[in-house]
Amino acid sequence: MEAEAARYIGAGLACLGMLGAAIGVGNIFGSFLQGAMRNPSAAQQQFGNLIFGFAVTEALGIFSLLIALLALFG
Amino acid sequence: MADTNPIKQFEVHEVFQFEAFGLNLAFTNSSFFMVLTTLMTIVLFTVAMGSRATVPNRAQSVAEIIYGFVADMLRSTAGSEGLRFFPFVFTLFTFILVANMLGMFPYFPAPGWHSFTITSHIIVTVALAMAVWLTVLVYGVFKNGFGFLKLFKPSGVPGYILPFVVLIEVISFLSRPVSHSVRLFANMLAGHILLKVFAGFIVMLAGALGAAGYLVGILPFAMTLALTALEFLVAFLQAYVFAILTCIYLSDALHPGH
Repeated sequence: MEAEAARYIGAGLACLGMLGAAIGVGNIFGSFLQGAMRNPSAAQQQFGNLIFGFAVTEALGIFSLLIALLALFG
Repeated sequence: MADTNPIKQFEVHEVFQFEAFGLNLAFTNSSFFMVLTTLMTIVLFTVAMGSRATVPNRAQSVAEIIYGFVADMLRSTAGSEGLRFFPFVFTLFTFILVANMLGMFPYFPAPGWHSFTITSHIIVTVALAMAVWLTVLVYGVFKNGFGFLKLFKPSGVPGYILPFVVLIEVISFLSRPVSHSVRLFANMLAGHILLKVFAGFIVMLAGALGAAGYLVGILPFAMTLALTALEFLVAFLQAYVFAILTCIYLSDALHPGH
């Protein structure tokens, strides 16, 4: 197999890692909405935690995208 | 046909050559944007707070909101003793925020020159993350001595899994500069590559279909527009996440083992 073909295949495989990150991000916001429905007055206080949890979870998906980009262009 | 390579925007070009002690210390477009970020932050805050009114006008209000935002973030994560790190955290937050926002200009200052996102280079984000990590390490050891090692022994852990938990905690501590820096770097890199790829589709459509290509090009244009809005949000969010993680790591240096 040529190196060029292997690059594209590697980049495609690396993107599968974003599956887990996508589920994680949905989990975060879903839990927040569930909690907010039960206790709407306390929801605004937890907004900072929500954004922090979202960013940390999304970072892992971005790490996977980084590997894909490194495989394509590195 | 225009060049639609999405990677070319990250190239570092030398503006002024300068060599000293065998090192290439040229002034590059990266250096220019770093200087611009610093100058803009200093000028904006100096001018905004110049009037020092008790009832703030609009500009002073913005500066006070940013100040209060960072101070609240630091106080709620690290406690009131954490406020000794306020200049450090505030500098980090405003530098990364202004740097990310400066990278959002498509043309800077005029068509023909593009803006440069300094945080889209791993060396810059690693330098910032190492500054944070080394501050935590040095200050933690300086203030707590060997008590800093309490950080690696969480409370309420049964004796039989203690060695494994300590090992995991040490590895997690050592991976902090890596994750801290790669998060900011990868977000900026991926965002800007996405923007250029979709913008390149418009050019490719125009090249392939001629005049009709510009009409169909409305679709990738709408996508570029949506992505630009998302990238503004991500620019602010990544500055906020970098700052709040800095606050959390600094609170580990102040009170290890919480």
